[in-house]
Amino acid sequence: MKAIQQPLLFPLITFSATLLLWELLALHSGWSEQVFPGPVKVFVGMCELICNGAMLRHAVASLFRVTAGFYLAILFGIPLGILLGRWRTAQQFLNPLIQFLRPISPLAWIPLSMLWFGIGDKPAVFLIFLASFFPLVVSTTAAVQSINPVYFHVAANFNFSRYEVVTKIIIPGMLPSVLTALRITVTIAWLVVVAAEMIAVKSGLGYLILDSRNALRMDYVMDGMIVIGAIGLLLDYVMTRLNRIDSIAWASVGGR
Amino acid sequence: MGHIIIKNLQKEYIERRKVNRSLECPYVACGEANVVFENINLDFEEGEMVCILGPSGCGKTTMLRIIAGFEKASAGNVIINEKTVTGPSSDHIFVFQHNALLPWLTVWENVELGLRHLKDETKKKGGIQEYISMVELDGFEDNYPYQLSGGMQRRAELARALAAEPDTLFMDEPFSGLDFLTHMKMREEVVNMHQYIGKTVVIVTHDIDDALIMGDRIVVMNGRPAYIKLTRKLDYPRPRNYENMPELSELRNDLFFMLGVNYAV
Ligand SMILES: Nc1ncnc2c1ncn2[C@@H]1O[C@H](COP(=O)(O)OP(=O)(O)O)[C@@H](O)[C@H]1O
Ligand SMILES: [Mg+2]
Repeated sequence: MKAIQQPLLFPLITFSATLLLWELLALHSGWSEQVFPGPVKVFVGMCELICNGAMLRHAVASLFRVTAGFYLAILFGIPLGILLGRWRTAQQFLNPLIQFLRPISPLAWIPLSMLWFGIGDKPAVFLIFLASFFPLVVSTTAAVQSINPVYFHVAANFNFSRYEVVTKIIIPGMLPSVLTALRITVTIAWLVVVAAEMIAVKSGLGYLILDSRNALRMDYVMDGMIVIGAIGLLLDYVMTRLNRIDSIAWASVGGR
Repeated sequence: MGHIIIKNLQKEYIERRKVNRSLECPYVACGEANVVFENINLDFEEGEMVCILGPSGCGKTTMLRIIAGFEKASAGNVIINEKTVTGPSSDHIFVFQHNALLPWLTVWENVELGLRHLKDETKKKGGIQEYISMVELDGFEDNYPYQLSGGMQRRAELARALAAEPDTLFMDEPFSGLDFLTHMKMREEVVNMHQYIGKTVVIVTHDIDDALIMGDRIVVMNGRPAYIKLTRKLDYPRPRNYENMPELSELRNDLFFMLGVNYAV
């Protein structure tokens, strides 16, 4: 009963235990503080990075790239998914290509993206776009195809225009599955941004980690990792909240 | 409005699994034809409540979908109000066998679909309220379909259909899946609704009692391929019951026999 009233208790225990284990390992591993810093040193490093503004700057840079790439993926991926979901011919033409490109890791695109987009935000945004685009297209297509056909019959019966079919049937009908897909995709995008920032840019959490390694500051490396984890959790939390909006409540009660 | 003529209607499905790839038949489109029904000729008068009766699987849904323009006939045609049916239209609204309220819209918004074309907001609001009241769903305007019982969902769908002010209403097994009491009450409401609006209503059912209690005309389909076994006008006053109408009770026994049941209970 108590644990339910205090939802933070169990995670708190887990985190404290991890900290303790970490401290013990750092003390007794035989590695120097430079190689395996303990929690105290990492905490001090975190304070330094926050105070001199570096952490905020890097986090904002990473979030900006994820947001830009992710929005581009939504902008192109969801309409394409709707098209493929509704129009069989388009699907027959494009699906093989999409299925072929999909399993290629976005990281394999690094050389080409640098060649095409040079240095700076652009190649990183492009990689995040690629990482989110294919999963979004595929899941939007599936979401549209699984809309109960009777709703399209209703639309025809009530003389819906094409535009109304999209706004009144397809978009609300696919929304529950697409929101779930967005939640998964944003996690993928966040995984990729770190890798993308290890090339071609001079800011972002990925760059912070790479740069700190070059400076042999493993405490800063760990700080970068911690912030990446925290922001990842936050993104997931935001997307989970989105999944609770009223207009998709019908889907969770077997409405369909 | 709502005069329906059905001429020589036939429907067949090609069974792909039985495709016989010979030289004469090298393409996918040929295979063994599964004729659902053929030679269907019917004429429904304006304002009639027609009940199409037949056992499950005899092709009632298919025929109703063709009449409403959702499916193409293999041969023959359907003429409603002197116009050949070529596709769905809001002049004839179909009430589907399974719940077809849009689940992401409230009762109010669903009923509004039928009145979208109205420009005048107050007129539109009044209309929506009127149809919601007609099916006794006042107070449930802001509920989503999943928050309603099965019977209430059917009534909301009926309100949405009526709101479009169609000439003709098609209903496919409108009472299937309802509990006995709700079934009886809905049946009564549909009869009242029909007497009130006076439009042509075509109801498909496998329930003999539904057909006899409600229909101005009954059409019996049976066989494989199905054909019209009987079409009869029922000029009995309403409310109907078997005790006071021995002819109706006799017809009921005949229908049971016609559909393969020897001892009706
Ligand atoms: N899409 C289809 N493809 C092939 N055969 C079909 C299809 N739809 C219906 N049928 C055939 O038509 C018959 C009649 O179906 P249906 O009209 O649903 O019957 P009812 O509504 O009277 O129960 C079925 O038994 C089936 O063999
Ligand atoms: Mg049926």
